[in-house]
Amino acid sequence: MKKLSKTTKSNFITYGIVVAALIVGQVWANSGSMSSLLKGLLVPLCAYMILAVSLNLTVGILGELSLGHAGFMCVGAFSSALFSKMTMDSLPEGVRFLIAILIGALVAGIFGILIGIPVLRLRGDYLAIVTLAFGEIIKNVINAIYVGKDANGLHFSLKSVTELNMDPEGTILINGPQGISGTPKDSSFLAGMILLLIALIIILNLINSRAGRAIMSIRDNRIAAESVGINVTKYKMMAFSISAALAGVAGVLYAHNLSSLVASPKNFGYNMSIMILVFVVLGGIGNIRGSMIAAFILTLLPEMLRGLSDYRMLIYAIVLIVMMLFNWSAGGRRFKERVAEKFRGMRKGPAKEAK
Amino acid sequence: MSLKDFGGTRFSVYKKRSEGEQMSFISYLINGISLGSVYAIIALGYTMVYGIAKMLNFAHGDVIMVGGFVTFTAMTSAGMHPLAAVLLSAVACTVLGVVIERIAYKPLRSASPLAVLITAIGVSYFLQNLALLIFGADTKTFQSVISFDGISLAGGQLKISGVTLVTIAACIIIVVGLTLFIRRTKAGQAMLAVSEDRGAAQLMGINVNGTIALTFAIGSALAAIAGVLLCSAYPSLNPYTGSMPGIKAFVAAVFGGIGSIPGAMLGGILLGIIEILAKAYISSQLADAIVFAVLIVVLLVKPTGIFGKKIQEKV
Repeated sequence: MKKLSKTTKSNFITYGIVVAALIVGQVWANSGSMSSLLKGLLVPLCAYMILAVSLNLTVGILGELSLGHAGFMCVGAFSSALFSKMTMDSLPEGVRFLIAILIGALVAGIFGILIGIPVLRLRGDYLAIVTLAFGEIIKNVINAIYVGKDANGLHFSLKSVTELNMDPEGTILINGPQGISGTPKDSSFLAGMILLLIALIIILNLINSRAGRAIMSIRDNRIAAESVGINVTKYKMMAFSISAALAGVAGVLYAHNLSSLVASPKNFGYNMSIMILVFVVLGGIGNIRGSMIAAFILTLLPEMLRGLSDYRMLIYAIVLIVMMLFNWSAGGRRFKERVAEKFRGMRKGPAKEAK
Repeated sequence: MSLKDFGGTRFSVYKKRSEGEQMSFISYLINGISLGSVYAIIALGYTMVYGIAKMLNFAHGDVIMVGGFVTFTAMTSAGMHPLAAVLLSAVACTVLGVVIERIAYKPLRSASPLAVLITAIGVSYFLQNLALLIFGADTKTFQSVISFDGISLAGGQLKISGVTLVTIAACIIIVVGLTLFIRRTKAGQAMLAVSEDRGAAQLMGINVNGTIALTFAIGSALAAIAGVLLCSAYPSLNPYTGSMPGIKAFVAAVFGGIGSIPGAMLGGILLGIIEILAKAYISSQLADAIVFAVLIVVLLVKPTGIFGKKIQEKV
């Protein structure tokens, strides 16, 4: 067998973890010993992991802080849910879900490009605040959209249902703040894990390609990258739109797990974007596998702490602060170095250490 | 009856309506300035902390909420005089701000800005959930601290409430006071020096940690005042009250050029006016979207905000 390079090996470990988690999850869910609470969490868990790895592409690989990732998820969720609702009777389930995923990814990707054009001209904190603003705009506009369908075709309005001017037998597809209800429940844990695997394959291959190296060179030094002839705008756009499209896929998964989809501040607001960012930072910026695992643990953590009822979110907050202090403060780093030193000393033996 | 008379009456009706519209426009404008003043006071805290500690203090919005709750408890449970309650909440928030800075942010002084941002988010979660545990999730009705009735102008057509007047006055006093503090006092000059160049300031013998702590103290005291004013104008208080005004004030700070005090004030007031006018004339559902859209347009035209400094980049 050909000797695998270090990155290939690392990538296969990542894929292996996903496949193993898929098998364990499936067996556990089918054995019937899984609590219904945990079962309900399986699909959102996949969606969060996809969101975390896709945001890591923007934050870790491209090096731009985005606080509007939930906005792309929202676009993907609503566009695909609208499609699924319209074709509920005309298309078989599998085909419909497949097309819904493609539509979610495509629409979110297009939004990524549209938003990326102005946003990527800015830097640092300004870029962060503008992505946050775009995320909020998307959520607000979707809360104000009314779409209906009757014999004359589609009707749109930004005001109210009565403004749609529909026939009495027409159906309302998006009902403003009430969102979309009656979306078919096409998502499953299996589909979610497969999509996660695809997202990982796309991102990890991108990172190890010529384009990925160009993107990382922009992150490390934009001016130097430009001076060696790298098209900064093109590669920034590429990373940003792929990240957005994958967030859209997560949105599709999320939307098709709920019977009624509402754009509330809790699921598509900046709080959600921040939560995804927390996954990325705790998992390690630029570390794709790490952000996936962090998303997994941090999604399950509040559920595991459910026995502590009211205190669980407080504990979550304290864990978050303590972890950040431990990872990043001078004292915490020294402690980690000491521990690492000890381990190294044990492995290599004292003789080598003396040299 | 001639045609002219018809025209005349029609004209006068039109004129009357437009006068009424003008009055309502002016009252919207005043409400906007009042809401904007609250944003400006919060944004001042944001902008000072950003200018000096170079961090986005996401927990700032939740300090507003804490300020509101302290005042609420002091007034309803302890039966304190409103003014004493406000003072108490300002002191409590000052202490809280300094403690947060000492425990959560100071150890991360040399860490990446992103790590500090996430820690600030952790602090924000912590404050929200602590308030949730202590006060519960239900929304409390905040009793206004301002007992002054307000004035009515233009023969009763234009009413300005006491809260509005006090808010605008408070904002002006705070901005003038803060500007004088920074220009005239040694501590203020130290703040300027630290915001310009932390390393050089330290070499000149300035106590950098003390200056940063002082900045947090002032910012948090302002947040407490903003919290009281906000809850007096919009009398509902729950653990999440502070987060949206906090985000909007942050937008206001960026709008005016983050790090600049006149910028924060102008940004806050403009944001308040845009929000109220958009709610009144366009759509209350889309008002927030319009506020954010204006921010984006401003940043695209002037990428560092209205009063922001242009930073030269070097390789």
